Amino acid sequence: MERFVRLSSTVCPLPRANVDTDAIIPKQFLKSIQRTGFGPNLFDTWRYLDDGQPGMDNRRRRVNPDFVLNDARYQGAQILLAGPNFGCGSSREHAPWALLDYGFRVIIAQSFADIFHQNCFRNGILPITLDDRQVTRLFALAQASQPLSLTIDLQHEQIHFLDGEQITFATDPFRRQCLLDGLDDIDLTLQHKTAIIAYEARRQQTAPWLFAAESSAG
Amino acid sequence: MSIIIRGSCVTARTLYDKLWDAHVVRTEADGTSLLYIDRHLLHEVTSPQAFAGLALAKRRPWRVAANLATPDHNVPTTTRDMSAAEPISQLQVATLDKNCATYGITEFTLDDIRQGIVHVVGPEQGATLPGMTIVCGDSHTSTHGAFAALAQGIGTSEVEHVLATQCLIQKKSRTMRIIIDGSVSPGIAAKDIVLAVIGHIGTAGGAGYVIEFAGQGITDLSMEGRMTVCNMAIEAGARAGLIAVDETTLNYVEGRPYTPVGEHWTQAVQDWRTLHTDPGAHFDKTVTLSGAGIQPQVTWGTSPEMVTAIHGRVPDLADATHTAQADAWRGALDYMGLQSGTPITAITLDKIFIGSCTNARIEDLRAAAAVVAGRKIADNIREALVVPGSGLVKRQAEAEGLDRIFTEAGFSWREPGCSMCLAMNPDRLEPGERCAATSNRNFEGRQGQGGRTHLVSPAMAAAAAIAGHFVDVREF
Repeated sequence: MERFVRLSSTVCPLPRANVDTDAIIPKQFLKSIQRTGFGPNLFDTWRYLDDGQPGMDNRRRRVNPDFVLNDARYQGAQILLAGPNFGCGSSREHAPWALLDYGFRVIIAQSFADIFHQNCFRNGILPITLDDRQVTRLFALAQASQPLSLTIDLQHEQIHFLDGEQITFATDPFRRQCLLDGLDDIDLTLQHKTAIIAYEARRQQTAPWLFAAESSAG
Repeated sequence: MSIIIRGSCVTARTLYDKLWDAHVVRTEADGTSLLYIDRHLLHEVTSPQAFAGLALAKRRPWRVAANLATPDHNVPTTTRDMSAAEPISQLQVATLDKNCATYGITEFTLDDIRQGIVHVVGPEQGATLPGMTIVCGDSHTSTHGAFAALAQGIGTSEVEHVLATQCLIQKKSRTMRIIIDGSVSPGIAAKDIVLAVIGHIGTAGGAGYVIEFAGQGITDLSMEGRMTVCNMAIEAGARAGLIAVDETTLNYVEGRPYTPVGEHWTQAVQDWRTLHTDPGAHFDKTVTLSGAGIQPQVTWGTSPEMVTAIHGRVPDLADATHTAQADAWRGALDYMGLQSGTPITAITLDKIFIGSCTNARIEDLRAAAAVVAGRKIADNIREALVVPGSGLVKRQAEAEGLDRIFTEAGFSWREPGCSMCLAMNPDRLEPGERCAATSNRNFEGRQGQGGRTHLVSPAMAAAAAIAGHFVDVREF
């Protein structure tokens, strides 16, 4: 996983509540067995005017000029500003893969759906939760003719504005450290291999029926 | 709170506390825990990248026997021949077959009568048992909470993590109890109960919580009904739903292929009988709905919380409680092609879908068939699908003659799979088509780009197929 320490970028505003993972990456693109290549189909239904299918040359498709990703002001933005309950619906990790593949490394919203929130951390994306008032203000700034630019400092959990103002946010300490170090969860867990084996031995005594398949298989 | 039992102080625990405590391998000072996973269900869409990651790191599955796989999302429902599907769908299913064969994981392949929607197959086989921790790379894993199992949907990175370590890294959730107080009226289905709950607390109402469903309205339900309720806990934003073990649970579980037998059964039942919330245990939040007040539900918008009773109307924007809600409603009405004030019963339909992990079990098909029997679908219905949840559900339904009831009425009787719930296979809505669906999500484009989905119970979908528009199944 790519580390996340500090990032400066313009902010792309998507003012909708309950943006679901079907909207982030429609199901016809879930048939890929790769982790990459989803970026051109991020928000496909809103972003293009035609019916997107896998294998199409996306550069030749008709784009929706009214959708924010097609607005010249926000090209190259790595921070997505979103509405409440962002990422609700399916557990598909293709949603954070698509956001990452497009170039987003930070998502700011009032709230996130649980599974999506966890999937972000496991893919080097930082989801930042701010209160209603702060998000409303950011939307106003981001939608101005001059786009908003922010610096995100994960180590100190701070968002810096160009004029020197800063606001703080909170992240789970464990998840923050994993992002800062680019740590792989599996390596971390396998450091506790003996604890897992010991748990299984205990469990086999208290709930032997859960291990019947192994014992009958010899 | 604590209660005193025989002189010692024992903390009253919720069902969630008990399941959590029994599965914690270790906990860090900040509460981050390693949670042991008893059962891992796999399907073709969210597992290929996890297996690829496992191979890349030269790891092997920690405990092969904990895994059970079946293809469901991509499979055709008109035939069992995968070569009828698009090449990329074929590749995804073939990749699952190959990965399961490589590691020795049991898979119910497409030609196996036990194949079906993973959340129908697990309980049907007894692979879902009370007291288990269960995960699957699918948000509707919450279904299995009906068995007092802690069951959660996970992403693909976590699928790989569980394959490699048999554990999840997790912090404990908050707890919510939703009580359906008193029995529901005759003709009210589990789907109506859970849609009413989502309408009440909202699609983000359960975020950060594990919900335990309780009360007479819940304990009256069969296991199929309880699965429908827990299935849609995720639609209320909760990671998991739970229902305590009772005789209904034990009767359902007994005698299934993966269910323990003999001494193990006796031991297991003794343990499972403790899987309920202790009197006086603390919940972070409690919500109570009157069972008698629940009416047949129909969603009108593009989020499951946009729901009303059958005798209700499409809402006025002026009734929204805040500007953001009014904006969301405006967008939903525009997408759905509906006018404020329209009676729900005046909404006419183009297609009917009876299926999905929410409502494709034998009891669901029986409820729909009871409405359909001896009738014909309305002229304006272009297509009406019944997609059984598994090969075994299909066989049972055929043994009962349900397939003939459906086909004689004009329904298409299909092979099992996820089908038009998410339209990854050819079963889908065309732009602008309106569907009464027994599935779980009415998101924009979910059943096909531009398609319009109304979520209802199987009996309500069946009645809508016959009438051509929504009707109160109790008056039908």
